[in-house]
Amino acid sequence: MNFSFLRTALAAATLSLAVCASADAATITGAGATFPFPIYAKWAQAYKAVSGNDLNYQSIGSGGGIKQIKAKTVTFGATDAPLTADELAASGLAQWPMVIGGIVPVLNLDGVNAGELTLDGPTLAKIFSGAIKTWDDPAIQKLNSGVKLPSAAIAVVHRSDGSGTTFNFTNYLSKVSPDWKNSVGVNTAVEWPVGIGAKGNEGVANNVVQTKNSIGYIEYAYAMQNKMTYAKMINQAGKTVAPSISSFQAAAGNADWEHAPGFYQILTDQPGAGSWPITAATFILMPKAPQDVAAAKEALKFFDWAFANGAKSAEELDYIPLPSSLIALIKKTWASDIKDTDGKALLN
Amino acid sequence: MVDVAIGDVGRDRAQKLAKTLSWLKLQDDGFRLLTLSAAIAVLLILGGVIASLVVGSLPAIRAFGFDFLTVQTWNPVTEKFGALPAIYGTLVTALIALLVAAPVGVGIAIFLTELCPYILRRPIGIGVELLAGIPSIIYGIWGLFLFAPAVQKYVQPPLIAAFGDVPILSTLFAGPPYGIGILTAGFILGIMVIPFVASISRDVFETVPAVLKEAAYGQGCNTWEVVRFIVIPYTRTGVIGGVMLALGRALGETMAVTFVIGNAHRIAGSLLAPGTTISATIANEFTEAVGDLYTSALIELGLILFFITFFILAAARLLLMRLERQAGA
Repeated sequence: MNFSFLRTALAAATLSLAVCASADAATITGAGATFPFPIYAKWAQAYKAVSGNDLNYQSIGSGGGIKQIKAKTVTFGATDAPLTADELAASGLAQWPMVIGGIVPVLNLDGVNAGELTLDGPTLAKIFSGAIKTWDDPAIQKLNSGVKLPSAAIAVVHRSDGSGTTFNFTNYLSKVSPDWKNSVGVNTAVEWPVGIGAKGNEGVANNVVQTKNSIGYIEYAYAMQNKMTYAKMINQAGKTVAPSISSFQAAAGNADWEHAPGFYQILTDQPGAGSWPITAATFILMPKAPQDVAAAKEALKFFDWAFANGAKSAEELDYIPLPSSLIALIKKTWASDIKDTDGKALLN
Repeated sequence: MVDVAIGDVGRDRAQKLAKTLSWLKLQDDGFRLLTLSAAIAVLLILGGVIASLVVGSLPAIRAFGFDFLTVQTWNPVTEKFGALPAIYGTLVTALIALLVAAPVGVGIAIFLTELCPYILRRPIGIGVELLAGIPSIIYGIWGLFLFAPAVQKYVQPPLIAAFGDVPILSTLFAGPPYGIGILTAGFILGIMVIPFVASISRDVFETVPAVLKEAAYGQGCNTWEVVRFIVIPYTRTGVIGGVMLALGRALGETMAVTFVIGNAHRIAGSLLAPGTTISATIANEFTEAVGDLYTSALIELGLILFFITFFILAAARLLLMRLERQAGA
C-alpha cells in the first residue's frame, strides 16, 4: 500500500519535472543547404542531450535558406553559396562559415585506380566544357606520363539539381579557366555544354560507377563512402595534392578571412602548397537585429557549442571542422554584429 | 373544401405530412447546396492555380515573351531561359510511354477477359493493380539502379549497331550508351502507365454483351476475330479514354523521370541522348533557384505543362466525342 503510493508520487514528480524541462527547452529553427544537413542533424542530437534544446533544420536547399531567412520565418538560414557583403547589408544579415567540405573529381576508367590520375584546373575545365573529348588527349597525357590512357570518349556526369556543390565546382573552373568563365560561368545550376545530369551526389556517384570512361564531381564524403576512384589535382602553388582532411583544412587556413567582409570567401583555388583546390565552406545566415532575440540567442549558443564540441563528429562524417583561428574571428563578429534591440551583444 | 371533407383529424395529419415534406425538401436543398459547393470548389481551386501560375510567371513572360517557347538555352548564369528542350522532352517521353503502354496494356486486358484461364485471372489482375500502386520514386530508383544499367549493357549497344547504317534510325539511335536518357525515361514511364491502360481496358471489355461474342463465335470466328471485330469496335472509346488517362499521367510524371532522363537542356537527334522534361526541370532546380527571374521561368514552365496537359486531354475528349457520334450514326 505504502509502496504503491510512493511509486505514484514518484511518477507524478518525474512527470512534472519533465513538463518543467520541456517548458524551458527552446526549439531553434533553421533552413537551407542540403550539403551540411547530416552534420547539423548529428550536432543537434548531441546538443539536445546536453542542453535539452531542439534544433529543427529543414534541408530545403541554399536558395530556399536564403529566401526563408530574408522572410524571417526561421532563426537562421544556411547556404553553400555565400552572399556578398552588399547583399548582406541590403537585407541586414550576418554571415559566417560553419563547416568545410571538399569536392573531388571521380572517374571510372579501366586500369586506373584511386589517386593514380592527376588533373589540373584548366584541363578539368576543358573536359567539362567538351573541348577535351577523349581520355588520351595530349593535355591529360602530359599530366600523367606513367598512366596508360584509353582512346575512349569521355562521358561527363554533372549534377542536374541546383546545388552548392555545383556552385563551388563551377566557381573553381571559372577561376582557373577564362574560357569557362566566359562561356559557362558560375551558379548553383549552369548550362552544361556536354554530359548527362544526375540528381544529387548519389546520382552522380552512381552514374559514374555505372558508366565506363566517365568523370564526375561529388562531395568528398560520397567519394570516400563509395570507395570511388578520385583524381589528384594540381593546386595554385603548382603542387599535386590528394583530397584529404588536411588538404581541405590547409585551403581553409590559407584563405584570407580577415579581409573578407561578411566572410565572403570561396575556398576554391586558395594559395598554399598543401591546399586542395576545390574546397568549399557552407555558411550560416542570421539577422543582425533579430526580431526573436531569445531564439537567436539559443541559435548562437548552439553554434558556439558546435564549434567547441563538434569537431570529432564532423570528421566522422567526412566534414572538416574550421581552423581555430577562424573560429575566434567568427566569435568576434558575433559580439560586434549581432545585437538585440538595446544594441547589446547576444552572446557574452 | 378538402379540409372540410377530411375533418379535424385529417387536417392534423395533413399538417404533419406537410411538415415532414418541407423538412425533406429542406434536406434535399441542403444536400444539393453542399454537393454544389463541393463541385464549385474544384473550379475555384483550378482557377486559383491558374491565376497564381500566371502571376508567378509574369516576370519571365515580360522578359522573354514568345521566345520562351522557341529558344533552346537554359542558362541560370546569364538568366536566359527557353522552354523548348523541356517541352520536346515532355512530349517525346510521353509518346514513347504510349507506344510501350498502349499495346501491352490492351494486350493484358484482352488476355484477362478473353483468354486467361480462370485460375490466373485474379493473380494477374491484382498484379496489374499493384503495379499501379508503386510510388513513382520507387520506379525512379529501380530505373536508375537496375533498369538503366541493363539498357546500357543489353539494349543500347545492339540498337546502335543494328541501325548504324539505316538513314533516319542511325540518328535516332546514335551516341554513347549512357544507359539513362530519353528512351530509358520513356520506357520507365511506359511501364508506369501500363496499369492505367490495362485496368480501364479490362473494365470496358467486360461490358461487351456476351450475346455479341457468342454470335460471332457461332458464325465461326476465332478469338482473334472476335477481339478484332467485336470487342475492340464496341469498346473503342473506353480504350482510348484509358490511353488518354495514361498519357496525362505520363506528361506530368516527375520523380521517376528525373532519375533516368539525364537532365540535359538540349534537344538531341538521338533518343539515347540525355534530355529533360518540364516537371523534371522544375523538381531539379526549384529548391536552389536563386533570383526572381530564374524562379519565374520555372513557374512559367509549370504553366506551359498545365496548358499542354489541358489541350491534349481536351483534344482527346473531342476525339472521343467524334467517335461516339460516328458509332451512334
